[in-house]
Amino acid sequence: MLTPKDENDLAQMIRGAASPLVVQGGGTRGMQVAGTGLTTAGLTGITLYEPGALTIVARAGTPVAEVEATLATGNQRLAFEPMDHRPLLGTAGTPTIGGVVAANVSGPRRIAVGAARDFMLGLRYVDGQGTIVKNGGRVMKNVTGYDLVRLLTGSHGTLGVITEVSLKVLPCPETEATLVLPGQDIAAAIQAMSAALGSPFEVTGAAHVAAGGRTLLRLEGFGDSVAYRMGRLRDLLRADDAVLQGDESTAEWAALRDVTAFAAAPGDVWRVSVKPSDAPGIVARMGDGVQVQLDWGGGMIWALAPAGTDLRARIGAFSGHATLVRADAATRAALPVFQPEAAAVAALSAGLRAQFDPRGILNPGLMAA
Amino acid sequence: MEMPAPNPVVLARKARVVARLLDVLPKNAVIHDDAETRAYECDALTAYRCPPMIVVLPTSTAEVSDILRICHSEGVPVVPRGSGTSLAGGALPTADCVILGVARMNDVLEVDYDNRIIRVQTGRTNLSVSGAVAEEDFFYAPDPSSQLACAIAGNIAMNSGGAHCLKYGVTTNNLMGVTMVLMDGTVVEMGGAHLDAGGLDLLGVICGSEGQLGVVTEATLRILRKPEGARPILMGYDSNEVAGEVVSVIIKAGVLPVAIEFMDRPCIEACEAFAKAGYPMCEALLIVEVEGSPAEIDHQLGLIKEIAARHNPVELREAQDADEAGRIWLGRKSAFGAMGQINDYMCLDGTIPVSSLPYVLRRIGEMSKEFGLDVANVFHAGDGNMHPLILFDANKPGDLERCEAFGAEILKLCVEAGGCLTGEHGVGIEKRDLMVHQFTAEDLEAQMAVKDVFDPAWLLNPAKVFPLTVSAPRRAVAMAAE
Repeated sequence: MLTPKDENDLAQMIRGAASPLVVQGGGTRGMQVAGTGLTTAGLTGITLYEPGALTIVARAGTPVAEVEATLATGNQRLAFEPMDHRPLLGTAGTPTIGGVVAANVSGPRRIAVGAARDFMLGLRYVDGQGTIVKNGGRVMKNVTGYDLVRLLTGSHGTLGVITEVSLKVLPCPETEATLVLPGQDIAAAIQAMSAALGSPFEVTGAAHVAAGGRTLLRLEGFGDSVAYRMGRLRDLLRADDAVLQGDESTAEWAALRDVTAFAAAPGDVWRVSVKPSDAPGIVARMGDGVQVQLDWGGGMIWALAPAGTDLRARIGAFSGHATLVRADAATRAALPVFQPEAAAVAALSAGLRAQFDPRGILNPGLMAA
Repeated sequence: MEMPAPNPVVLARKARVVARLLDVLPKNAVIHDDAETRAYECDALTAYRCPPMIVVLPTSTAEVSDILRICHSEGVPVVPRGSGTSLAGGALPTADCVILGVARMNDVLEVDYDNRIIRVQTGRTNLSVSGAVAEEDFFYAPDPSSQLACAIAGNIAMNSGGAHCLKYGVTTNNLMGVTMVLMDGTVVEMGGAHLDAGGLDLLGVICGSEGQLGVVTEATLRILRKPEGARPILMGYDSNEVAGEVVSVIIKAGVLPVAIEFMDRPCIEACEAFAKAGYPMCEALLIVEVEGSPAEIDHQLGLIKEIAARHNPVELREAQDADEAGRIWLGRKSAFGAMGQINDYMCLDGTIPVSSLPYVLRRIGEMSKEFGLDVANVFHAGDGNMHPLILFDANKPGDLERCEAFGAEILKLCVEAGGCLTGEHGVGIEKRDLMVHQFTAEDLEAQMAVKDVFDPAWLLNPAKVFPLTVSAPRRAVAMAAE
């Protein structure tokens, strides 16, 4: 495993590499391809934290836990609620902030505040030729030049190795509460979640779990305001059901975020991004033997399918994309991890890869053949 | 501001290009008479003008595809244009270009409240997108101050912001999908009603690419339910330092206002003289707006008032009703008009870390004396986006050049303070040659490599964003190919 100690060191290693490199942070997200391992775990440290400007800057290998602990001292947080993949994938290691950004990892609050890519202010990276590049900065509004920040975010190490990230953060709310609607089927759940998300009551989580047909709606903020909005939300949905308060609500959303319901169950795990109102039909097409959990108001379907199932083939044509998050080696060899793109888009993606990594040594084959 | 000389080979082809365009467009969609093309000679950066060779006004994605395919095969540069409200010269023509205006493409294609999206043709104006969903109490969040006139196409090209982006983000955070036509006429679909990219985030790089990667003809935008209410509070302070500190303390206290606007003394004086909003005469004025339910507003304003009072305000005024809220905003909203009444002005757009505010304002004051030009500052304080307005006299020889030199020094100061050249207006031609102060040669090369993929011949809006000397080798190849 190559473990560069700083950005220049990393640049030299990439320049000197003669064969494919498997780029990773803590290696917890199950995206490895074949090749020589290269980890950013040696590039650590928070270089700037300005609570009054809602800004944090950290080197890529900084553990997510360290970033979150530092933000907690200012009563702030990563509002996009990045998932911890370890329970679901059974991986060990330490999740890094660079890994979160490289995979654009977001959790339930994405529906209300945006994804990791929406909180990115700037980054530094080393491209496939060993050139150090920066883009964006540390300020919240910046349209100077092309936005390579968003291009690199979610590029899974295929365009460059991210060395430092600059993120917008948000204050922690005073409290949270979750309304639980039991006994709903998927169609009823989508209807309730759409009504809640289309209300002025600032819902920051809208999920549905198959067990018990529970639909969960989260509110956060100052205590009085949460209480008031919860009352209005219950009126809107004509729901006199249970409300989880404080820690109980927090624990529920942590489990939803990490999809722990599928952790111990055998089978492949897929993550399917859809138009929320399409979800009932798409779930039906997934067919027998597939369990689902919905997030993002129905816009994100987590599916547990029998090993080797080509879920994309079962769904057929749809507006969205399906990612194979967990599978054995045989399935991974047979099915692409990422949704195949339309020809014109695939040509642009391939063109960008050829520009950023002309030798094709950064995670080759991970995002496209 | 230098622009590349027109390509004589392209100019010589005008008649043929017009004829080919008339094959695919109705007669009234092709403008090639010199008297009529003049209407498109500039955008809102009116100091620079150049009539284009031809103007086309398509009404559909298919027509845009035909136009680009023809221009591509004839080697004609294309400058896309929304409503022409760019303050950075983003839609400034060259004499050998075709202006592709999307103003006639303004249909609403789909409104979907259940999925909280609207799909529009991109010539539609920003405010009329919100207007299309107002009956159900929804709105489109990004609100640039030109929102009455500016088009979604331009908003996407410049990744436009607005006063409320501290809470709602800018265009890139509210854009979910596009239909885009590449320079060779290929139509590409990206994103849609679902969230996030399945592969590389191409939508993210298209947003803010200043019309250099493709022509966006349709857009899927996120719409939001309007909050129950909003209320502003006004506070005045004796120093910029204290006002800056108040902003920082409010944010650290866990309150997230939707807007925090800052005005300095010259700006307060000009606005007061113009709009008579009853502003206190002091060094720094803050307008802070919070929104939500009545309980939420009361709670947040309570915290803000307590913080404000601790810092010895000259004035602290909370709006009690819509009328008072209107008066609080009146001066701020007429700032640009107030400046225009005094003199010609140039509006800058640099962003700085909020903590550098007192230092940057002090340096701008010193430079104002050195250059002999007055400057007033309005500022989106929550996100660090400054708008210094430099006053000059366009009829006085040398004044414009002095103003531009002063502006360049202010923007370099923003970069030196840890910020950037432009927060929401874009680079265009205005800040093109300053890019080397923010980026290394390698940084710029990486950006230009993206254009090489989308527009290998460098025909789309080619003389913008990058310093001319830096983009010259690529543009020379395009010229030589003719």
